[in-house]
Amino acid sequence: MLGYLARRLVQSAVILIGITMITFILSFLIPADPVRMIAGRSATAETVESIRHQLGLDQPIPVQYVRYVSRLVQGDMGRSYVQKTEVATLIWSRLPATLLLMAGAIAFELMIGLPAGIYAAARRGRIGDRGVMLLSFTGVSAPQFVVGLLLLYVFANLLAWFPLGGYGSFGHLILPALTLGITGGGWYSRMTRSSMIDVLGQDYIRTARAKGSSETRVVLVHGLRNAALPMIAMIGLDIGIFMSGAVVVESVFGWPGIGQLAWQAIQRIDIPIIMGVTLVAAVAIVVGNLIADIATSLFDPRVRLG
Amino acid sequence: MIFWGNEYREETMRKTLLAGAAALALSLVVVGPAADAAPQHGGQMVVTYKDDVSTLDPAIGYDWQNWSMIKSLFDGLMDYEPGTTVLKPDLAESYTISDDGLTYTFKLREGVTFHNGREMTADDVKYSLERVVDPATQSPGQGFFWSIKGFDDMASGNASELSGVTVIDPYTLQIELSQPDATFLHVMAINFSFVVPKEVVEEYGADFGTHPVGTGAFRMTDWTLGQHVIFERNPDYYDADLPRLDRIEFQVGQEPSVALLRLQRGEVDILGDGIPPAQFLEVMGNDEWMDNVIEGGQLHTGYITMNTHMAPFDNKQVRQAVNMAINKDRIVQIVNGRAVPANQPLPPAMPGYDPNYEGYAYDPDAAKALLAEAGFPDGFETELYVMNTDPNPRIAQAIQQDLAVIGVNAEIKSLAQSTVIAAGGEEDQAPMIWSGGMAWIADFPDPSNFYGPILGCGGAVPGGWNWAWYCNEELDAMAAEADGMTGEDQADARLEKWRLIFISIMDDAPWVPVFNEQRFTMHSDAIAGETDEIFVDPVHIPVHYDYVYSTAAQ
Repeated sequence: MLGYLARRLVQSAVILIGITMITFILSFLIPADPVRMIAGRSATAETVESIRHQLGLDQPIPVQYVRYVSRLVQGDMGRSYVQKTEVATLIWSRLPATLLLMAGAIAFELMIGLPAGIYAAARRGRIGDRGVMLLSFTGVSAPQFVVGLLLLYVFANLLAWFPLGGYGSFGHLILPALTLGITGGGWYSRMTRSSMIDVLGQDYIRTARAKGSSETRVVLVHGLRNAALPMIAMIGLDIGIFMSGAVVVESVFGWPGIGQLAWQAIQRIDIPIIMGVTLVAAVAIVVGNLIADIATSLFDPRVRLG
Repeated sequence: MIFWGNEYREETMRKTLLAGAAALALSLVVVGPAADAAPQHGGQMVVTYKDDVSTLDPAIGYDWQNWSMIKSLFDGLMDYEPGTTVLKPDLAESYTISDDGLTYTFKLREGVTFHNGREMTADDVKYSLERVVDPATQSPGQGFFWSIKGFDDMASGNASELSGVTVIDPYTLQIELSQPDATFLHVMAINFSFVVPKEVVEEYGADFGTHPVGTGAFRMTDWTLGQHVIFERNPDYYDADLPRLDRIEFQVGQEPSVALLRLQRGEVDILGDGIPPAQFLEVMGNDEWMDNVIEGGQLHTGYITMNTHMAPFDNKQVRQAVNMAINKDRIVQIVNGRAVPANQPLPPAMPGYDPNYEGYAYDPDAAKALLAEAGFPDGFETELYVMNTDPNPRIAQAIQQDLAVIGVNAEIKSLAQSTVIAAGGEEDQAPMIWSGGMAWIADFPDPSNFYGPILGCGGAVPGGWNWAWYCNEELDAMAAEADGMTGEDQADARLEKWRLIFISIMDDAPWVPVFNEQRFTMHSDAIAGETDEIFVDPVHIPVHYDYVYSTAAQ
């Protein structure tokens, strides 16, 4: 177990170094001169060069990379070209909203996906199964902005049950989290269904049925306990994905998460923020994967890491 | 279109008048109410924006969102009468200009305090000006201060002070110029010249932009990144009548279409990003909401440049023919009527605009004849560069079709903004450019700001903004003369000179002026202003925050 962990950590470190290189190169591919963005349109050539020198952008690229990484190690992700605030401060300020939306979204995904998947597995091949699978297909393929705007229009604008976007109360959380739950729950229901079908075919289930357990008890207790394992891995992956922000949903609902920060930065070509968010997202996905693997091994005695 | 009725035209005419020579007289009547007529203090409003506010540091902030917010937190020596382009003293109580136009002496208001309670003095003004010019500040506004004596030394890092700025006593500041500059008082009203307290700037360093402390009508009391910025009334503001509101909440991260729904529901008072284009016709066609929209001009012109260094646009007749070939009314329709057709470089809201100039009328037949006379009876092939975001490619297509009618075959090059700007700065790359999305919006309401960088010889350099590469030495000399006319009694003669310069430019026709974008500010019923002009103020976008009052507080 420890050996595996060490190996995975080294792997992750290599991936992260690769990512810093890619984000660094990305910043040179974006067709905008950051110095001109800072200097403004009335700047003279001397001013432009003076700012370029102050930012160290006149140094050779390898030197710039080394400086970028050495600052990164100290937690310094640079300062936004447009907002002029430290990138680390900006990302940190978006963390509470991001985590809250992540929790809400995963809760809805499970609330929608688990029962639907169990139901479909129990009704395998019958009309109920087909119906659930069709719905989860629809959910998975529906564009988030369509679902989001629809919910917003009906439940916030027409019925006024929820606030029209924003952040602050529990009521603000429901609609964006539900949007993500609807569009992401389909994955959970499909996963639950297939692993339930798998489990329900096992010998011990037949034994349980033979003992005279009710079908409900067989499915929910004996079946679900074992079928739930892949869910843990899935939640781990979800955490990684949501940490990089739900760009579309955050924009529609005015939710101040990392996705909204990224989207604003992309529109304003604010390179340091784009680099910072990319890096945080990558770290989150790597860590999410790692947690998923470890958790699976802890919960499932059949999986031996080593 | 419903709003394209008589009301609209009257409104436009009124605005034009206001912006013209009559502005001073009108503004004295309309604004500047007697003390007992001033609206009551109190109440609050909510303003929404899509993007988070960038910096509120007056030396750095240079986008239309923070521009007006900074104006409410800070003050400069000069300001404008609300809703107009007329200069008035602000932190300066009065000023004198020497006869040679080279020495400005400002007498400061006494007893003005920063939001931290300390009194503002002439030392602060000197510090603030030097901070902007100091290359370490990296201010995008540095270049505006070119005329102050000692600018070059300080801008190049060879001096730590501006030799032309002298503190005579705590309430008297003298500024010497290296050459006469009629726009200098405008420069003293621009955000970059606003006064900041040295001790707070030094305390926060690069984070001063999120901890702004000025002398303005409002003070910032909270900034929660990504969520909101709160302004509260500065109880010690030197003008006791201002501001009218107790509190402004700027909510950020709000999608404009959602913000519109919230405004209609009474949760939002001003749409900071304006009415979303997709909902524009719906709002303007709705009797209930039409009245909540105020239209005004802005200091903007959208134009097509023709590179005078590239054949066949080196031929004046060709450029004139293109001017006659463009159907501007149709292009205005493409933008849902959110603009008015233009016939000269200056926008109608800019002093020096000539309301009597008729320009080149739309006449494809005459254009074709002129083109034949110029030696191109069968037209020619060319390229039209355009920024690749809506509605610009659609506008380029309309231009392309208009050109095809006179036999000119223009290939559209739809590219990223920075690529188009770079192409315009090359002498031999872009024969034609549609300026949409990159057009010049004036930094301050003076015609000279519409000349030098975009039509003068100084801008016709690699990397410059004069994309027509137009350089008329005679007009350059006239421009220099106009900006040397610094006497108050010369103001009218100076504007007349500028008017002549821009009309003469149209004879050479390096541009096709296409339209002037209009502003449409939508507000809730909970707020109002003494005049509509504060909602479409030429220098405060979207509104003049200091003058908005709460209807509930009255």
